Amino acid sequence: MDHSVPTVGIDVAYVAGLARLRLSPEEIETFGNQLEQVLAYVKKLEEVDVQDVVLAGEEKGFQNRLRLDLALPELSPNEALENAPQQRGGLFLVPRIIE
Amino acid sequence: MSIAFATIHELRKQLLAKEVHPKEVVESLLDRISSVDSRIKAYNYLHPERALESAEKADVSLPLGGIPIAVKDLISVRGEPCTCSSRLLEGYIAPYDATVIERLRAAGAILLGRTNMDEFAMGSSTENSAWGVTRNPWDLSRVPGGSSGGSAAAVAAQEAIAALGSDTGGSIRQPAAFCGCVGLKPTYGRVSRYGLTAFASSLDQIGPLTKTVADAGLLLEIIAGADPRDNTCEPEPAPSFSTKLGEEIRGMTLGVPKEYFVSGMDPEVEAAMQKAIAHLEGLGAILREISLPHTPYSIATYYLVATAEASANLARFDGMRYGRRAPGCNDLLETYGRTRDEGFGREVKRRILLGTYSLSSGYYDAYYLRAQKVRMRIREDFLTAFRDCQAIVTPTSPMPAFRLGERTEDPLQMYLADIFTIAVNLAGLCAISLPCGFTQAGLPIGLQIIGPMRKEETVLQVGYAYEQSTSWHTLRPPLG
Amino acid sequence: MTYEAVIGLEVHVQLKTATKLFCGCRNEFGAEPNSRVCPVCLGLPGALPVPNEAAVIQTILTGLMMGSSIRPRAKFDRKNYFYPDMPKNYQISQYDQPLCLGGEVSLPVLAFPKDAQKEPQALAGKKVRLVRIHLEEDVGKSFHLENCSGIDFNRAGTPLMEIVTEADLTTPEEAFALLTTIREILRYGKVSDVDMEKGQLRCDVNISVRPVGTEAFGTKREIKNLNSISAVRRALKHEIQSQIELVSSGGTVVQETLRWDDARGETIPMRTKEQAHDYRYFPDPDLLPIRTEGRLRTEAERRMPELPETKKSRLRETYGLSEYQASVLASDPPLADYFEKAARSTRNPLTLANLTLNDYLALRQDSPDPMSIPPEYFGQLADLVSDGTLNSRQGREVLAILIQAPRPPKEIAQERGLTQISDSQVLEEFCREAIAANPKSVADFKGGKAAAINSLKGFVMKKTRGQANPQRIHELLESLLREP
Repeated sequence: MDHSVPTVGIDVAYVAGLARLRLSPEEIETFGNQLEQVLAYVKKLEEVDVQDVVLAGEEKGFQNRLRLDLALPELSPNEALENAPQQRGGLFLVPRIIE
Repeated sequence: MSIAFATIHELRKQLLAKEVHPKEVVESLLDRISSVDSRIKAYNYLHPERALESAEKADVSLPLGGIPIAVKDLISVRGEPCTCSSRLLEGYIAPYDATVIERLRAAGAILLGRTNMDEFAMGSSTENSAWGVTRNPWDLSRVPGGSSGGSAAAVAAQEAIAALGSDTGGSIRQPAAFCGCVGLKPTYGRVSRYGLTAFASSLDQIGPLTKTVADAGLLLEIIAGADPRDNTCEPEPAPSFSTKLGEEIRGMTLGVPKEYFVSGMDPEVEAAMQKAIAHLEGLGAILREISLPHTPYSIATYYLVATAEASANLARFDGMRYGRRAPGCNDLLETYGRTRDEGFGREVKRRILLGTYSLSSGYYDAYYLRAQKVRMRIREDFLTAFRDCQAIVTPTSPMPAFRLGERTEDPLQMYLADIFTIAVNLAGLCAISLPCGFTQAGLPIGLQIIGPMRKEETVLQVGYAYEQSTSWHTLRPPLG
Repeated sequence: MTYEAVIGLEVHVQLKTATKLFCGCRNEFGAEPNSRVCPVCLGLPGALPVPNEAAVIQTILTGLMMGSSIRPRAKFDRKNYFYPDMPKNYQISQYDQPLCLGGEVSLPVLAFPKDAQKEPQALAGKKVRLVRIHLEEDVGKSFHLENCSGIDFNRAGTPLMEIVTEADLTTPEEAFALLTTIREILRYGKVSDVDMEKGQLRCDVNISVRPVGTEAFGTKREIKNLNSISAVRRALKHEIQSQIELVSSGGTVVQETLRWDDARGETIPMRTKEQAHDYRYFPDPDLLPIRTEGRLRTEAERRMPELPETKKSRLRETYGLSEYQASVLASDPPLADYFEKAARSTRNPLTLANLTLNDYLALRQDSPDPMSIPPEYFGQLADLVSDGTLNSRQGREVLAILIQAPRPPKEIAQERGLTQISDSQVLEEFCREAIAANPKSVADFKGGKAAAINSLKGFVMKKTRGQANPQRIHELLESLLREP
């Protein structure tokens, strides 16, 4: 495997922010380097001719699979809230949402 | 010989003849687990009392009546944890049964416990688990493969009669090969994914890990078939997969992809493969070289598709509704960040980052969309190949089980180990892995038989013919 | 310099289905918190979505009603962002292949606010183009508590339809009219009740201003989550004014997302980070694409109602109604249906329309179901009024009795002695009596005080206990008084 100089620049902190991952500076650096390697590797996909490719689900003769509008049993509020890290008054409690 | 060493088929006979009672089966397995699992660590979680209770009431006339099955710890079982070997899901108790669990219960199976895995099925070694590594029963210094390493090790170490795993890029077949048991990845859409914690939705399938090919067919028959709760599940009922077991393979054409024998294969694996090919020829099969020209692109394609899907699938693990929430946070953003930072292991974070990046603004076409298109090319390769053969044979993995810690911090090397299994998921095909030899050091080697979509009976037929004319499957790891 | 506003709307409408968009939980407002939830809409590990056919059909129907082109193939995508009211931290929506593309809604005069109906903008008959209509899942409801927030996921996963318009609107009144019209169309299609109180219609608006006559768009600002039609008008008024003030005093508008505080009448910037807009859309691998040709489209076409504008012009043409009468009837499809049934039993639909819009609607306010009156009786009543057998007051009286116990109106009128006296000979006698008994009024009238005739009329009405036909009395009195 060619572990040479990375060819793509990734803003790891930005991506980690999108994914709501709080990374240490050490992780940002390590992951950054590893991701650069992986991305350099996946560049080889550019060699493939993908003109006129029909993607899955776009083929002809495809049938819908939909659900009829019929009610199914729900969980009880107790069951629903059983796993909540915090709950009160039938609600899931979360840190304050700021709009 | 201990009851725990039996196959499903053997146990069925004994149970129906009332030579053993389901309770004895469970007890025997619990004994075996208590004597070897401290060395293997195949299980995350056991429920002995409940298993004994179900054994008491078991109806042995049902297809799996009284047979204990181990379940990978990412399939939802009502009232049980489902940790996915992640700290993030610590404390979570699933309030519902996966479709496959409903079917196991309806078939009379006893749910014995939950097997270890790479966290959220991300890995090929079962080293990425919050609950500790699972070891290979054939050599405790080596990995059992992954991500269904706990299931494979449990079956190989005779701690389970059979197990369920899940396979996204080889996660059933590769550990089966490393541990010397049988693993079957069904056609995409064959088995409902409802209740299977998603890693990569367009690639994931649940499948059996067993001691024999016939057991794999039987277990698949129970879990497969239409499910209105999974939009991607085939609407047809599952056929009987075992009908062709015992039919000879004389005259059948088997393809050998030339691209799979070019670089980096372990010489002992290659030698075992050549022997297996010769053996299949001896059974009357016609072996033919075929070409899968897009093979060199399959790993790159896989890692883009799988991580993109995973980045969204794993977004729900945020400590808001269930699982572990990082304590002592000041605000919402800190809670998200620390919950996910403390909850996820490194490999999971790496993949979430890659997937998030490849979907982020401006990169979608270059990465995800292109990968999906190359994926169709890979699929076309197989469609073309299957015009000239009924199944394809390859090694399951280019190498036997590697040592613990050997590959954890080199993600690319780790990913490359999946080279022979990944394309099967990308193309939505079915494939089985079964033992085809051992290295000099005594490590199992796996043979992979790939079939076209919905041709499980063919891979089972070929696998059965090979298995029944060899003795690899009768060998057991030296655990005492 | 004068400025004009450029406004585009994103209208979110809750669909009227029995169950949620991707699971079988009931789609129900007002239930106990977290009692309409399951593994799917709570985003539990392993749960999978399966689309609700009814929601897809209703979206296609909406597209048909608004003249959109229905895409033969549509798909669902994941829109990724973290928010505690969204269980999966992605919303299943439609990105580049929505169910409906394009379309158009024209703005009728009466859809404008009352105070603007005489303005040229209301009379212009403007057509607003649509960009698209797509289907997505709603999020849960959050409650702000003292130190934290509480979430109820009953609404999470309920079907939400989004109608996106082109930036074709220029005034708050046009936006008001568009929403009123959309609401009426959706009710016609039985696609949504569009109940504002229940938040069944929510709206995001994009606004920019530019000097009149210029083509280029100014920088737009977005106001999110407006939950009533009148709030949209108020928020737009406020925002347009503040943008114009800013620009004309030399300032520049900064792209921003705002929240409208209706009570305080002001906009407040939302503290959402810019990166929240990197939604990383991709096709949802859990869901198959949807093919609309065939059953789904046929079913939507079968449910296609007569549209409000078509109904209005048909009511005008068929029954000779005024624009106003036709609009009021058309705004209430069951009432319009009832009117049309009753119209089959009358010779005078205009009288029937008056009875319907004045007396009937008034009665309906305090009685539960006036439509229990067989429509033919209602038609016959209109005839009794229009041919002068009953005056309008008597008509109202009979109507009130009809609601209690339906019988032919003629019977009721006779029984109660309510029949109006129109017989000229009879009436003439009463009139002569009135003239003889009121010499002063007669003298006043003859002296030029035309209004004096009213007291004579009053005398006759009193004598006949109100049963005289007032029109006829007037005519008779006039001719008797003019007799030489």
